[in-house]
Amino acid sequence: MTLKVRIIPCLDVAGGRVVKGVNFVDLVDAGDPVEAAIAYDAAGADELTFLDITASSEGRDATFDMISRTAERCFMPLTVGGGVRTVADIRKLLLAGADKVSINTTAVNNPDFVAEAADKFGNQCIVVAIDAKQAVSEDGPDRWEIFTHGGRNATGIDAVEFARLVVEKGAGEILLTSMDRDGTKAGYNLPLTRAIADAVSVPVIASGGVGTLDHLVEGVKEGHASAVLAASIFHFGTHTIAEAKSHMLEAGIPVRIKI
Amino acid sequence: MKVAIIDYGSGNLRSAQKAFERAAREAGIDAVCDVTDKPEQVLAADRIVLPGVGAYADCRAGLDGVPGMVGALQEAVVEKARPFLGICVGMQLMAGRGLEKQVTDGLGWVPGDVVEMTPDNEDLKIPQIGWNTLDIRKPHPLLDGIETGPEGLHAYFVHSYHLRCEDEAQCIATTDYGGPVTAMVGRDNLVGTQFHPEKSQRLGLALITNFLRWNA
Repeated sequence: MTLKVRIIPCLDVAGGRVVKGVNFVDLVDAGDPVEAAIAYDAAGADELTFLDITASSEGRDATFDMISRTAERCFMPLTVGGGVRTVADIRKLLLAGADKVSINTTAVNNPDFVAEAADKFGNQCIVVAIDAKQAVSEDGPDRWEIFTHGGRNATGIDAVEFARLVVEKGAGEILLTSMDRDGTKAGYNLPLTRAIADAVSVPVIASGGVGTLDHLVEGVKEGHASAVLAASIFHFGTHTIAEAKSHMLEAGIPVRIKI
Repeated sequence: MKVAIIDYGSGNLRSAQKAFERAAREAGIDAVCDVTDKPEQVLAADRIVLPGVGAYADCRAGLDGVPGMVGALQEAVVEKARPFLGICVGMQLMAGRGLEKQVTDGLGWVPGDVVEMTPDNEDLKIPQIGWNTLDIRKPHPLLDGIETGPEGLHAYFVHSYHLRCEDEAQCIATTDYGGPVTAMVGRDNLVGTQFHPEKSQRLGLALITNFLRWNA
């Protein structure tokens, strides 16, 4: 058999608590992160992603504590992102128990930071999170633009070109979020996902917009993603990980059933 | 039992330590699992674990940067034949050479080069990140009681390079990623896994338990 497509629940956390934004605004408390992680571990999630949207340093300390408590209880891969600016930040996250670190704004401001981080910790450890939004164009081909700071700041940078650049610098994986779709339950932005997945040699995780199990299937089959990330459909109990996996298996996608 | 998990500035040491502690606890094995950069603690240990996350040359430099550590490893593992487990880059360091970015000498315990993976299907992404099954080439005590093969349990991989053994008898298991990729190597009291047992849930905890019980 071969490598399985991963299903990744994503926990947005602030100050050590899970929250979930709709279009990155209007946060709703979705519970304690360590308890959520333990439940996802038992349910057969293939990885967990924590996105730390904390602004303060006190909140950041609560996040480190949350990661180390999770790593003590869950023997599955953890990716942590949010506020990563320096090599020291990455080391601290890895020592707390993260396996991969996701870099967003800092990679946009300084793509060479990706190279520095990959040289230090290995490409496999460095995920670049790309938040992209459809660019308004009259009748030209589809184009997507990079946003930073949790989707607030437009950069004018082309998402596909940027993805190629960071992979060249050493990113081992791309976490691709469609800003237009995030929180809408309308499905992944498939043309965007496919454009990036086909442009780079590393795995792409599709993110933003999952509302149904068919959306997960589309992300892989039409978006060419290597892994699918979702938040609210899992957090609020709409679907279980097992339901998602059997749905994907029925659609002919290899998934890890025996956990 | 004393387990030494070597700290040389690389790797998810906390995860490894917690996984060993949990495996020991659940199996009723009285084990103290310490993360250490002290050569004397490695020499005094009953089991030695070399984790590793990162670039090959960087990891080798990190290991050399701990005074006396390579010598202590040679003595404990090669001369005193203490059970040894290398994980990911820790496994790759058992090789003769690593060819990632530059040529770097390994510890030379399992002859062969650590080479870039070249899947025969160009749609396959590098690194291989995720869960894959194991195909056994040679039975090994660390795999006792673990379901392997296409219908078996999964192991978690994150890597772009793998160890190509000169002596095929030292390749214990492979995984399929556009062709066979080395997943586990070993000889005598030495064993190494390309995958991360400390992140591989049921398969991983079972393998770690087997390692703690292994009388190599």
